[in-house]
Amino acid sequence: MAKIVILGAGVSGHTAATFLRDWLGKEHEVIVVTPNSKWNWIPSNIWVGVGQMKKEDVVFELAPVYEKIGIDYRQAKALSIHPEGGENEEKPYVTVEYTGQGKEGQTETITYDYLINATGPKLNFDATPGLGNGKGGLGDYTVSVCTADHAVHANEELQKVIAKMKAGEKQKLVIGTGHGMCTCQGAAFEYIFNIDHELRKAGVRDKAEMIWLTNESALGDFGMGGMHVRRGGYIASSKVFAESLFAEHEFEWILGTHVTKVEDGKIHFEALDGEMDSQEFDFAMLIPPFGGVGLKAYAKDGSDITDKVFAPNGFMKVDADYTPKPYEEWKASDWPKTLQNPDYPNMFAVGIAFAPPHIISKPMKSPNGTPINPTPPRTGMPSAMMGKAVAQSIRDMVTGRSDKPTHTASMSEMGAACVASAGAGIFSGKAVSMTVYPVVPDYEKYPGVGRDLDYTTGEIGLAGHWIKHLLHYAFLWKAQLKPFWKIIPE
Amino acid sequence: MSAKHLQHIEPYSPQSGTMIPGGFVKFMRTCVIWQLIRFLIINIRMTKLILKSHH
Repeated sequence: MAKIVILGAGVSGHTAATFLRDWLGKEHEVIVVTPNSKWNWIPSNIWVGVGQMKKEDVVFELAPVYEKIGIDYRQAKALSIHPEGGENEEKPYVTVEYTGQGKEGQTETITYDYLINATGPKLNFDATPGLGNGKGGLGDYTVSVCTADHAVHANEELQKVIAKMKAGEKQKLVIGTGHGMCTCQGAAFEYIFNIDHELRKAGVRDKAEMIWLTNESALGDFGMGGMHVRRGGYIASSKVFAESLFAEHEFEWILGTHVTKVEDGKIHFEALDGEMDSQEFDFAMLIPPFGGVGLKAYAKDGSDITDKVFAPNGFMKVDADYTPKPYEEWKASDWPKTLQNPDYPNMFAVGIAFAPPHIISKPMKSPNGTPINPTPPRTGMPSAMMGKAVAQSIRDMVTGRSDKPTHTASMSEMGAACVASAGAGIFSGKAVSMTVYPVVPDYEKYPGVGRDLDYTTGEIGLAGHWIKHLLHYAFLWKAQLKPFWKIIPE
Repeated sequence: MSAKHLQHIEPYSPQSGTMIPGGFVKFMRTCVIWQLIRFLIINIRMTKLILKSHH
């Protein structure tokens, strides 16, 4: 009998847990530890943030779903990992603190045979003064769409701004990233287009000045060094298409920014040229930087081995090549394949929780030495594929088919499909439909552009909006384990 | 191209240095028949990508 503990129930953790439960017999235990009581289809938070959907449309209760399939669900946050066991415990274990189920504040240890770290990110608002509230939460001046509750709040603030515009007031709306090391530009990209769509519907677009403020050094970078697609007989960069979309929708853009401080109505930032500048706003949605959730690790004798298990940014080390090297020497093969921890083979990390070997975009620094570049995106489809691949490997190790991981999910060998909403509406909506293969460019295999142009595509249109809607319902269906959930691909 | 599509572009601004879609391109983005075809094509494309990505 094996006991598998999954920390986190986001896209990657939930995928791993549900497949493992489905594949393994009842003699094996699958335990999910997550501080949240609800599952959130995060891509649709964008629509909650503009009032097109309600919070209830993008979340569901986890407990009944896990009860149905036989997963042991603990509403708790993980505090520490003890991969060698401890003084009074031979087996490896995790320490958790309950956040629900009537046991709030209680701590507990849970032993495991296999551990999947799928804790996702800590939304590090406090990395930028004024972006956070100093207690780890969102500050008073800006909004966020990173969680369903944040998105509800964002819409409330947006409606106030729209009301002012209807009354004839001009408003400045700033959307983008709140730190030089942010990822998830795609969410901000979707949000600015959806706001634009809503403002046009409300007949107040002429009252709004819309500004894109980003840590990307070029539009269309998205933390993956941009991409190229075939179009009109040319091979064109995503920079060209993103600039075209922004110009068409009358957005201004400020590139290469590291936001240093947010005040009421004013964003201070350092630019890539080293200049310190500021931007005023009436409404701002800035994505925070992500960090690890702060898990600690201890050896059997109780000594702190956090540095051995986790990278300095708090993400778990896996089978990547972490040797520091200059950008020119980066290779696709630096990226992890099995997502197995090199020191403790029964530990894996998936989704945002694994430590990337380096960023994907070309590193940039201001003359003051401040790094200003997007960090790698590892959400959505790649996250789910990592969750499934690790579940397959653990299944094969548990059932004795292999003593090593049998499946891989390297971001340099997998593609990603991304549908970025640019306005909701069955006949008036639009979305940018992108496919990219591989996510991490492989310049040795695909010289010049780093990607397979047969699988790297992009277009904008109503079809993308329909697909985005389809994905919303399909993935919520799949995550709730409704009939035929397994045939819906990751 | 109708001048309507260019009215908001300031000469020598960053926005003036890129492609601006014309009326036909914009029409096709929301043309239901064309978009139904694109819907099928994009779905096939994404399915092929998923199949290529699982190892």
